[in-house]
Amino acid sequence: MSTAEHAETNRRDFLYIATGSVAAVGAALTAWPFINQMNPDASVLAMASVEIDLAPIAEGQQITIKWRGNPVFIRHRLAAEIEAANKVALADLKDPLARNANLPDSDPATDKNRVVGDKEQFLVMMGVCTHLGCVPIGNEGEFAVVEGNEKHGGWFCPCHGSQYDTAGRIRKGPAPENLHIPQYAYLSDTKIRIG
Amino acid sequence: MSGHASNYEPKSAFAKWFHERLPIMDMVQGQALDFPTPKNLNYWWTFGGILAVMLVVQIITGVVLAMHYTPHVSMAFQSVEGIMRDVNSGWLIRYLHSNGASMFFIAVYIHMFRGMYYGSYKAPREVLWMIGVLIYLVMMATAFMGYVLPWGQMSFWGAKVITNLFSAIPWVGDSITTLLWGGYSVDNPTLNRFFSLHYLLPFVLAGLVVLHIWALHVVGNNNPTGVSVKSPQDTIPFSPYYTVKDAFAIVVFFMFYAAWVFFSPNYLGHAINYQEANPLVTPAHIVPEWYYLPFYAILRAIPDKLGGVIAMFGSILILFALPWLDTSKVRSGTYRPIFKQFFWLFAINCVILGFAGSGAPDNYFLSHEPADPDKWALTYKLVGQICTAYYFLHFLVILPLLGLLETPKPLPASISDAVLAKSHPSTAYVPAE
Amino acid sequence: MNLLKTLAIAAAGLVLSLGAVHAETQQNAKDISYSFEWPFGHFDREQLQRGYKVYKEVCSNCHSMQYMSFRNLSQKGGPEFTDEQVKALAATFTVKDGPNDQGEMFDRPGLPSDHFPSPFPNEQASRAANNGAYPPDLSLITKFRPGWYGTINQLINGIGGPQYVYSVLTGFVPDEQLPADVLKEKPEGKYFNPYFANGHWIGMPPPLSDDAVTYDDGTKATVDQMARDVSAFLAWTAEPKMEERKRLGFMVMVFLGILALLLYLVKKKVWADVH
Repeated sequence: MSTAEHAETNRRDFLYIATGSVAAVGAALTAWPFINQMNPDASVLAMASVEIDLAPIAEGQQITIKWRGNPVFIRHRLAAEIEAANKVALADLKDPLARNANLPDSDPATDKNRVVGDKEQFLVMMGVCTHLGCVPIGNEGEFAVVEGNEKHGGWFCPCHGSQYDTAGRIRKGPAPENLHIPQYAYLSDTKIRIG
Repeated sequence: MSGHASNYEPKSAFAKWFHERLPIMDMVQGQALDFPTPKNLNYWWTFGGILAVMLVVQIITGVVLAMHYTPHVSMAFQSVEGIMRDVNSGWLIRYLHSNGASMFFIAVYIHMFRGMYYGSYKAPREVLWMIGVLIYLVMMATAFMGYVLPWGQMSFWGAKVITNLFSAIPWVGDSITTLLWGGYSVDNPTLNRFFSLHYLLPFVLAGLVVLHIWALHVVGNNNPTGVSVKSPQDTIPFSPYYTVKDAFAIVVFFMFYAAWVFFSPNYLGHAINYQEANPLVTPAHIVPEWYYLPFYAILRAIPDKLGGVIAMFGSILILFALPWLDTSKVRSGTYRPIFKQFFWLFAINCVILGFAGSGAPDNYFLSHEPADPDKWALTYKLVGQICTAYYFLHFLVILPLLGLLETPKPLPASISDAVLAKSHPSTAYVPAE
Repeated sequence: MNLLKTLAIAAAGLVLSLGAVHAETQQNAKDISYSFEWPFGHFDREQLQRGYKVYKEVCSNCHSMQYMSFRNLSQKGGPEFTDEQVKALAATFTVKDGPNDQGEMFDRPGLPSDHFPSPFPNEQASRAANNGAYPPDLSLITKFRPGWYGTINQLINGIGGPQYVYSVLTGFVPDEQLPADVLKEKPEGKYFNPYFANGHWIGMPPPLSDDAVTYDDGTKATVDQMARDVSAFLAWTAEPKMEERKRLGFMVMVFLGILALLLYLVKKKVWADVH
């Protein structure tokens, strides 16, 4: 092969490779909007945060509200529930992390770290089992506080039998993590905003 | 498909194993890569490939839009605005789809007129042509139903007017219209079924395209000389020659497409369709999308309701008979000096028909002023009538007579000869016959 | 105001001179120019912010803008208010929410995620309050009301939607300037406006007068200025992604141009040996 022919071949190969590369880059860039369109749209991202008045929730009572399409449990705990939760040694927990969006990821799952501020009586958490997303049933399971015929606190997931204690921490069953605490803040003594 | 033997040889053990179970690579090699194609195809022949790509673009953007669209009269318009404002790149995907419909029709019209000029419908390609006409009909139905989905004023009134066409059919017309509507007017059931069918028909189109290509590969491509392939010298393998030529044409076409999408995305539609449908108020002018305008002009040209509907459908159905209406033995218009002139006259006539369909019937042609009813005036309606008459004259009188009366120019002996004569004009060739 | 009067009279005169047959034909909008025209045009942020103020203080009393949310006012390519400003201006609207624990709907101040509330609960209430006329929703008005027509004209100049809004706002002809034979056809509670799309008698009284709003940036609020600003604002509400569209479009065209050139060279190379 002569030098001239060789140069010609090189130039041709370069042209083919350049064209193929440009076309491939174009195809990849074009694909992105068609994938990204499935992400949450602007109206979903802007979805309002919810404000909740805690005053009407009596001690021992629990309400469920909807936030970002998921249930959020807000429970006004009895002193006995808090006490029961505080008694548990961290070593006995299946998931030792607080899972609290308002605290650093590495914080331990003490009862104090499962709430915001010093209002330990109000437990606010996602009502979504960390196993496969079912809604656990309240005042149920082996880890509730039992007074006579009544159970207080504790959650039991009917789908696959996960059991959570009075601080919403996973104690038994297939779920890997404690029930998640969403981002929320106290606007006043009795009012919170989630989100 | 046809008997073009492929040279496919599986190269690896896996390829061999697979080939013995599903010889698909063999088909790709034989029908797509090595397929012998006349070497003189010009750029008008790239529109087949462009159309295939446009069908894919429309299906992909359409499937994506359907993820965000709500086919309910109370939410359709709102969901489209949600796509335009909130969905990530939603505006882009919707503009690609809405302008894509126009691009699809531009390409299909060029493809059809190319076929008419070069006589691609003549033996042995009659079935190929007729499948093409069928594709065009399904395209029109698909585009019509798609236009209804945004539920704007023109969506609603277009749907009402077009579905009312069927009420012209004697005896059963009203029942058919009620059946189409699923009620006493265009309403939620209509919107729902149009959405369902608009999603379905593109896949029917894809199936018809497979048949169209199958038929093409049985008889082979026509070419600008119209002379049949006579020896292997007349052809080149489809790839790389036509793959790269088609790719270039597709990218140039995409530039044209992108110019609309990004810089004038609403020009090809109707402004009034950005107003939500109101079943109580008809817009001042109801006009279909540009690609239907010639047929709309034919519809309005006939003063009788049933007559207009028959003329309109007839103007499309007549294309099925084209292979037999054109009596000339010569395929390509290049060698038919008189036909060539009538071809262009016909093309211009179709464009004028389009303009005739765009304005209020009783306005002066190309103006927004109403004509004086007491005086003779060149109105949209009159122009539409003249051009409608010529449209049918072309197919029913001019084409059959031309084949008998016209003396064609001498044809080249082969495609090879024609190509050589073009690249080396000094080389004289001996004309055939 | 003098200029305005002259314009209005000239316009009215022009329309009337076209004769009785064309009396119902819409007058072409005045072709004023905007910063956002042509492929490289951008919205003028300050103009959009002023336009918002005109919408809020004048138009929103009768016209809804249902496809817009307050949060849109801070997004890129729009008036680009800050998030704090948007929160504050959303709170100046009252939004219906609910039901609450008692099952009742209640009023609360607007949040950025809310849509602009409509001034009337439904079309009937709107007509009842507006002498039978129905003030159209303004979100898309510059996209559905052409200022002029013509296949070539609209291709080059666009449909003239913003110009339509501007022309209607500045095109009222006071009764005392109307010729007697026109005036005697005046329907009850209607006003003469040659630019209006549905005949010349419009149900909307002239909405703007000098200093109807006080601009925060000190611009003098003449009728002409307010009409320009609010029509620009409504051009943005109709097509909030326009700037993104043009910017992406430019990049796409450059990319396709390069790819086309490369493919052309490849095509020439591949075809070089075909004779």
